[in-house]
Amino acid sequence: MIMSEKHHVEEHRDDDAKKLGMWLFIFTELLLFGGLFLVYSIYRAKFPADFHAGSLELSVTIGAINTIVLLFSSMTVAMALTAIQKGNKKLSLIMISITLLMAFVFLVNKYFEWGHKFEMGLYPGSALIQHLDRGFLLYFSLYFFMTGLHALHIIVGMVLLFICLFKVKSGNVHTENYTFLENGALYWHLVDLIWIFLFPLMYLIS
Amino acid sequence: MSKGTEKTEYVSYLDHQGKYKGIFAWIFATDHKRIALLYMYSIAAFFFIGAFLGLAMRIELFAPGETIMKPQTYNGIFTVHGIIMIFMVVIPGLSAVFGNFFLPILIGAKDVAFPKLNRFSWWIFIAGSIMAVASQFLKHGPPDTGWTFYAPYSTTTGTNVIMATTAAFVLGFSSILTGLNFIVTIHQMRAPGMKFFNMPLFPWAIYATAWIQLLATPIIGITLVMLIAERLFGIGFFDPNLGGDPLLYQHLFWIYSHPAVYVMILPAMGVITEIIPTFCQRKIYGYKAIALSSLAIAGVGFLVWGHHMYTSGMSEQARWFFSLLTFIVAVPSAIKVFNWLMTMYKGSIDVKPPFLFALAFIFLFIIGGTTGLLLGSVATNVQVHDTSFVVAHFHYIIFGGMGFAFFAAIHYWFPKMYGKMYDFKRANIAWGILFVGFNLLYFPQFIIGIQGMPRRYFDYLPQFQPAQIVSTIGGFILVAGLILMVYNLIQGARKGEAAPANPWHGTTLEWQIPSPPSLENFDEEPVFNANPYDYE
Amino acid sequence: MANNTSHTTEYRVLGRVLVLLMTMTFLTITVTSFNLGVFSVTVALLIAGFKGFMVLSYFMHLKYENLLLRILVGMIFVLFALIVLITFIDYAYR
Repeated sequence: MIMSEKHHVEEHRDDDAKKLGMWLFIFTELLLFGGLFLVYSIYRAKFPADFHAGSLELSVTIGAINTIVLLFSSMTVAMALTAIQKGNKKLSLIMISITLLMAFVFLVNKYFEWGHKFEMGLYPGSALIQHLDRGFLLYFSLYFFMTGLHALHIIVGMVLLFICLFKVKSGNVHTENYTFLENGALYWHLVDLIWIFLFPLMYLIS
Repeated sequence: MSKGTEKTEYVSYLDHQGKYKGIFAWIFATDHKRIALLYMYSIAAFFFIGAFLGLAMRIELFAPGETIMKPQTYNGIFTVHGIIMIFMVVIPGLSAVFGNFFLPILIGAKDVAFPKLNRFSWWIFIAGSIMAVASQFLKHGPPDTGWTFYAPYSTTTGTNVIMATTAAFVLGFSSILTGLNFIVTIHQMRAPGMKFFNMPLFPWAIYATAWIQLLATPIIGITLVMLIAERLFGIGFFDPNLGGDPLLYQHLFWIYSHPAVYVMILPAMGVITEIIPTFCQRKIYGYKAIALSSLAIAGVGFLVWGHHMYTSGMSEQARWFFSLLTFIVAVPSAIKVFNWLMTMYKGSIDVKPPFLFALAFIFLFIIGGTTGLLLGSVATNVQVHDTSFVVAHFHYIIFGGMGFAFFAAIHYWFPKMYGKMYDFKRANIAWGILFVGFNLLYFPQFIIGIQGMPRRYFDYLPQFQPAQIVSTIGGFILVAGLILMVYNLIQGARKGEAAPANPWHGTTLEWQIPSPPSLENFDEEPVFNANPYDYE
Repeated sequence: MANNTSHTTEYRVLGRVLVLLMTMTFLTITVTSFNLGVFSVTVALLIAGFKGFMVLSYFMHLKYENLLLRILVGMIFVLFALIVLITFIDYAYR
């Protein structure tokens, strides 16, 4: 059986390919953090009391605010995409800007959280942290490592969103060609998704 | 907006003039075929460096005690030999070279899904490789931990571990992006009408491999970052002196590094599965079984990592579990071997160099695979763990398997890639020398391994010397074979006879286009059979 | 080659999902303030899992994507779960 199609060889873009590519990249990020979650789960099982004590040093309030902030920003970026699909460029720009603002608020909160820890002498490699009990030390090391890696991804996400902002503004991304924004939004949702798990595991250990 | 199917003048991809000139036409190329060659030349260079490092080890092991180098040097050499061979040769190897060159062609596409990302993958491959080389020469001396970087030695030794692990991280990123590219290519860019089960089996192998590259590599990425963090901040993830668990490092390391060996062998099996039907002029036996067994190997391969750790202190239940899964994962590989042999049975066999290399692959892979069963069973593993039995096993699988498959692939696809043919007689002689040298080099290591010769030791008891001598001689013979083989190929590329489009009478799509292919591979939409191996 | 035919999620759907997510967040905080022993992790993870599922389905459009993509995402989580479980076979019995 022979199959053939005489077909023009023309330039075509493939939005499905780009979206699939983004999802595949998201898979790698999930597994990257997955490795850390694995280490976390091993050591939490080994030092449950220390992990609980460690989490008491964190502010549930700030953590909760950051969670709300990120959830809200996830909604706004999704709305930005809806807006562009409906051809509403202005609303899309507003929504992306709000998302960026929320991201910035998150980072500011993080800055204060970490700053407070640093003032207490609690930072990777510090004399204080070296002398903590094993479980305690591991908890704080994982705290800095995981929230730090997460914050790095927030920054990358913000860069992507800024590029989305410019592309929407310039008309490069519009109602018939919005894959870039769609993918940027997917990346942002990933950052939110990771935090959804990070928050209870770091802040709410009872 | 769309052009008609005008017959453009044929220009080989090697001669195509694009935006850039000279060397930049290559290092800025986005054409998958040029990128494949870039990978091939860089990987070949790294392979020869790794091979000479191996030869240096063989010379050192010619006699007990210090022969040509100090123990610290030896530790550095086996470490960098492993790093180069694993991260810069065998993991990228077949995927980056032949996957890049032939995946698009075999599925009727004009390039991969993301050509610029493909180019970026090669750039960071080179960047990571430069960093790996740099780790040899920087202030604190070459890493001496073995390529496995086991904690706590790796977290405490003074050598350039951070540079080497960062290099591995960067190289891993290259692997991830290649895997991503290939998955999207296979999903989105098959020729119209070509379903998954109409694809030839090399794309199937590349597909399964790409998933492993994508999903397993991030784990070693984060593990190496943890290792670096431990060195810098004294955290205690893995150092028992700081209350950490060294076994956790081993778990994390092997969760990637075991699937990584399937990254090495799956494309190799894919190559053999292309070669055998062609040189037996027969449809492959059990197409679906081979396709699905590739996926099965990839999937189950994620669950067996603990068989590298039987003597480390894992729980008995864990050892039991990993042993069971290890025996299970052997089954799909055995299915492939059976199918290859059944394809040959009553086939019209043409013994050309690619077929000889494929036969050698099957023979060496069977030895490597069955010795793997001996290693997979906990009771026998205890005897041979960390001995040269293991070294022989993995060299049979990786070098005898993937390496010979690489040689098979280059001899098979050479006429297509360069439009020229090499000398068959010299190729066959090189094959013979390689085969003899290989077995002399590695087989004795099985024997002394069982007798107790440890691996990574620069000194040994005198009773092991006869075997070590044979092994070293084998090493030199092997290198002679390598040199002859490469010389023959280079001569073929420079002065060989022009090769026709289909010198081996194959039925897959690469043989329907000119040798070498034009830039976009197909001038018109490719015409293909629902059955890719339609020989009758 | 399909071009931009993604489903458009209405604003109010997104708004409702956010309300649900925020409610779940407060629920998590409340529940974990009680001492449920070993179950506190389970409950926290279940709620987080549900929130994650909402983000994946609605914000990330998975509910409206093709079956292949949904299966792939599911497989990633299964793979991760297996890796954690198998590693614990070692740690639980040492």
